[in-house]
Amino acid sequence: MALTWTIWISMLGAVGVYLAGPGNPARCRWIALMASVAGCVAALVGASQVGVNSELVTLVRVPWVKILGIEFHLAADGVSVVLVLLTGVAAVAGILFSWNVSLRANEFFALYLLLITGVYGVFLSFDLFQFFAFYELAIVPKYFLIAIWGSTRREYGAMKLALYSFIGSALVLVGVLAVYLSSGTSSFDLVRLADSGVPAAVQTWAFPLVFVGFAILAGMWPFHTWAPTGHVAAPTAASMLLAGVVMKLGAYGALRVGMMVMPQGAMLWAPAVATLATVGIVSAALVALVQQDFKFVIGYSSVSHMGFVLLGLAAANPRGVSGAVLQMFSHGVIAGLLFGVVGRMVYDRTHTRELTLLEGLGLARALPFAAVTFTLASVASMGLPGFSGFVAEMQVLTGAWQAYPIAALAAGVGVVLAVAFTLRVLQKAFLGPATTVTPEDATPITTPEKLGAFLLLGTSLWVGLYPKLLLDWIDGGLGSPAFATMRKVLGWP
Amino acid sequence: MAMNYLELARLTLAEAIVVVTALVVLGVDLKLGAATALGIRRGWACGLGVVGCVVAVAWLGVGAPAGSVAGGMLVSDALTRWVKMVLLGLTVGTLLLSGRSTFSVHVGEYVAVLLLGLVGMLLIAGTENVLVLFLALELASVSLYILVGFNKRDPRGTEAALKYFLFGGMAGAFLLFGLSLIYGATGAIEFRAIALKLSTAGLSPLLMVGLVMVLVGLGFKVAAVPFHFWAPDAYQGAPTPAASFIAAGSKVAAFFILAKLTVVAFPAVAGYWNWSQIAPGWTPLLALVSAVSMVVGNLAALTQRNVKRLLAYSAVAHAGYVLMALVEGKTLGLFAVTFYAVTYAITALGAFGVVSLVEAGTGGSDWEHFRGLSQKAPGLALCFGIFVLSLAGIPPLAGFFGKFYLFLVAMSVGGGNYGLLWLVGLGAATTCVSFFYYLRLLKVVFVEGPEGESKPWPKGGIEFATVAVAAVGVVAIGCLPGWVLGPLQNALVAAGF
Repeated sequence: MALTWTIWISMLGAVGVYLAGPGNPARCRWIALMASVAGCVAALVGASQVGVNSELVTLVRVPWVKILGIEFHLAADGVSVVLVLLTGVAAVAGILFSWNVSLRANEFFALYLLLITGVYGVFLSFDLFQFFAFYELAIVPKYFLIAIWGSTRREYGAMKLALYSFIGSALVLVGVLAVYLSSGTSSFDLVRLADSGVPAAVQTWAFPLVFVGFAILAGMWPFHTWAPTGHVAAPTAASMLLAGVVMKLGAYGALRVGMMVMPQGAMLWAPAVATLATVGIVSAALVALVQQDFKFVIGYSSVSHMGFVLLGLAAANPRGVSGAVLQMFSHGVIAGLLFGVVGRMVYDRTHTRELTLLEGLGLARALPFAAVTFTLASVASMGLPGFSGFVAEMQVLTGAWQAYPIAALAAGVGVVLAVAFTLRVLQKAFLGPATTVTPEDATPITTPEKLGAFLLLGTSLWVGLYPKLLLDWIDGGLGSPAFATMRKVLGWP
Repeated sequence: MAMNYLELARLTLAEAIVVVTALVVLGVDLKLGAATALGIRRGWACGLGVVGCVVAVAWLGVGAPAGSVAGGMLVSDALTRWVKMVLLGLTVGTLLLSGRSTFSVHVGEYVAVLLLGLVGMLLIAGTENVLVLFLALELASVSLYILVGFNKRDPRGTEAALKYFLFGGMAGAFLLFGLSLIYGATGAIEFRAIALKLSTAGLSPLLMVGLVMVLVGLGFKVAAVPFHFWAPDAYQGAPTPAASFIAAGSKVAAFFILAKLTVVAFPAVAGYWNWSQIAPGWTPLLALVSAVSMVVGNLAALTQRNVKRLLAYSAVAHAGYVLMALVEGKTLGLFAVTFYAVTYAITALGAFGVVSLVEAGTGGSDWEHFRGLSQKAPGLALCFGIFVLSLAGIPPLAGFFGKFYLFLVAMSVGGGNYGLLWLVGLGAATTCVSFFYYLRLLKVVFVEGPEGESKPWPKGGIEFATVAVAAVGVVAIGCLPGWVLGPLQNALVAAGF
């Protein structure tokens, strides 16, 4: 199955790039690009092989550590397929937007591809131990990507991000062990654990551990503060990946391990999760409204938009959860694009992200392509019809309305706030009077940047205009045998 | 009971081979004399030592019989043979790392003392008798005291050796007193006889004092808090290859015998600590020492600026993790602890190998000597990254699975009520603390650039090859833990556990 190859290709690519040596950045870039494109193609081919249906397709299943019942078990249902596709697209775009990296290029792209390996691995893992291993594998490269190639307070941001992630995974670890020991299955198979019915008493305390542990990485308020600082410190590609796929790891884990294996715990804790998600949506949007650093605005907007994912999960009805998964995809594409514009197109040229300084540059005239791209991405981010964000947030809001009307109303306010902070930043960063522009500020946009922008914009537009394709996949995935216990407990039709 | 001397000789042949090797090394070094170039003498001494260890491994692997003499004074079963082979293998690594070290001209004596220390460790692994255990521990300890102070010209080494010796002597006295109290309470000196007596006699105050004293003595060996004060000084002051021997081989032997005492000798007085319910006994003591070791080790490591000291405090923390699984007190605990001790030892050996090479290249082991290592020596830095991440417990490295298993075993204590969840939670929390100092160390190596003019990095040769093999081993065990778990499990089953 081609989906398996997404992992191996990325891993081999990482090794290959590293061996290419630090002396030749161009070769490193091309190897990395080829590896990521190959991974993306493998994801597309694999997705078509899996097809739109409600099955759980096993890709690889071999015993790994027999005495504990650990298997190397890769499988895919519609939910994993959607996120694997997102990873494929985001990986290619990230490399296109880091075409100007030349410092220690082989290490940069090797770590990048290692991170991608871990992400693919998480989305395809159906063994809990293996899931956890890939999840931790994805954390370490982030630290180095930010600490070595980052900008503002990079070492602080990298350490903060890594420690938050590790604290999250420590919580998850304790929960995972409790699930394994209490299920009585002697197996880490996710589906079997879900079907075995972890005792309700254990779910009561293990669910919040697992859910919060994962949700830290999804930027759940009040554990979100790593996200803006980490994004700001990160180099462009790393912040694209962070917002694009890494935060989705957290949300995916919260769904796949938290809700799927412990649905009773999910029911019990859903109101608390909904509250935190709503507070996150509104407060992060308010904070974004007053930021002076361009990237901080996007960072907080990420937290706000990820709140919709958590709200959809908390709604725990078919519409809410499928909206949450679609929002993961949508936000991954849009946030990746926003960070690409800020980090690569603007910051690498102007060397500033201060909105007051950018205001004097009037970048709309100097960099029309960047301005148009950012405008379109803003439109998508604000959730206007035609782009993926609209469909996803609409789904989440209708789902949430059925479960928690007040939360849905408050989140609706968040949508309005999103319009406000997005328009504010658009106006300040691009539409100011051009007074102090230097030639360097107006370096033309390069082809790789354009390709990356087209790729992400096209994806968002395609999903926005024809959401049915992804929604069919997601609904099929949520109807797969893996989620059977969850559907039953949550009373889904 | 008549002793069959042929049987005795066959059971101790591995130890005998190592002793003979030590004597041969001394003799050859004497024959070569001071006139011979130091490099050649070192080559001979280390080479002969390696050959002796390999022969002993071969004997244990194919020929060694199973059996025991004199009621458990010497025991040879699949498990002890497996552990002995690991100890021999780790010593081979230490010898290979010592191949070009320049801390002393007395190379013959150095290798001989190292091998005698190894004999002590082999005897520790191969006994179920508290008297032999004490003698073997002393043999190993005295050798280690000498090794720590081997560089006579280094005042720090001499100070560390003296400190180690005084602490060690005290701990040895505690251990002996504790063992004598246990003998007084049970009238037995064999592990299994003690267990039998305890199962009917139960726990008395006198016995409790004895248990505490035994824990003091062995806690010193594994560098658990509050018996750890020697460790940072000894690790830093000792010649680096000798430090790797303390960190790797002696830890495996000490953890193994501690686990064996727990599982074989003291199960009847295990007691328990389920949340607020405590029954006094051996395992609550372990739990207490484990908790303070994890906390103190990890917090103290935060402020270290010398890599060897940092590794010492990290060793203290790791002793805490190991003891956590030992609280389980049954075969599963023995299994997980032995596995973890072995993977930890390989990692520590490799890490000290890197430190040794960096000392050769830059003249020290403080942070500034590691700065920008990844750009001066990428291969070495990569290996160091693997070791440190394995110590931190990052997949797919050996330390990840090992730690996962320790936590799993500890979590399984108490059946459905997760009685040890408080300790597991503490372990998980302190692990998060440890990520901070491990990452900061890696930051020095990978993120920061080298300072000043860059000298050409010395060629590593055998030392670097040893480090690379250890790194590959750490990755391989991490990816396929079954390679070690399987043989270990077979050995456990064959040994009757």
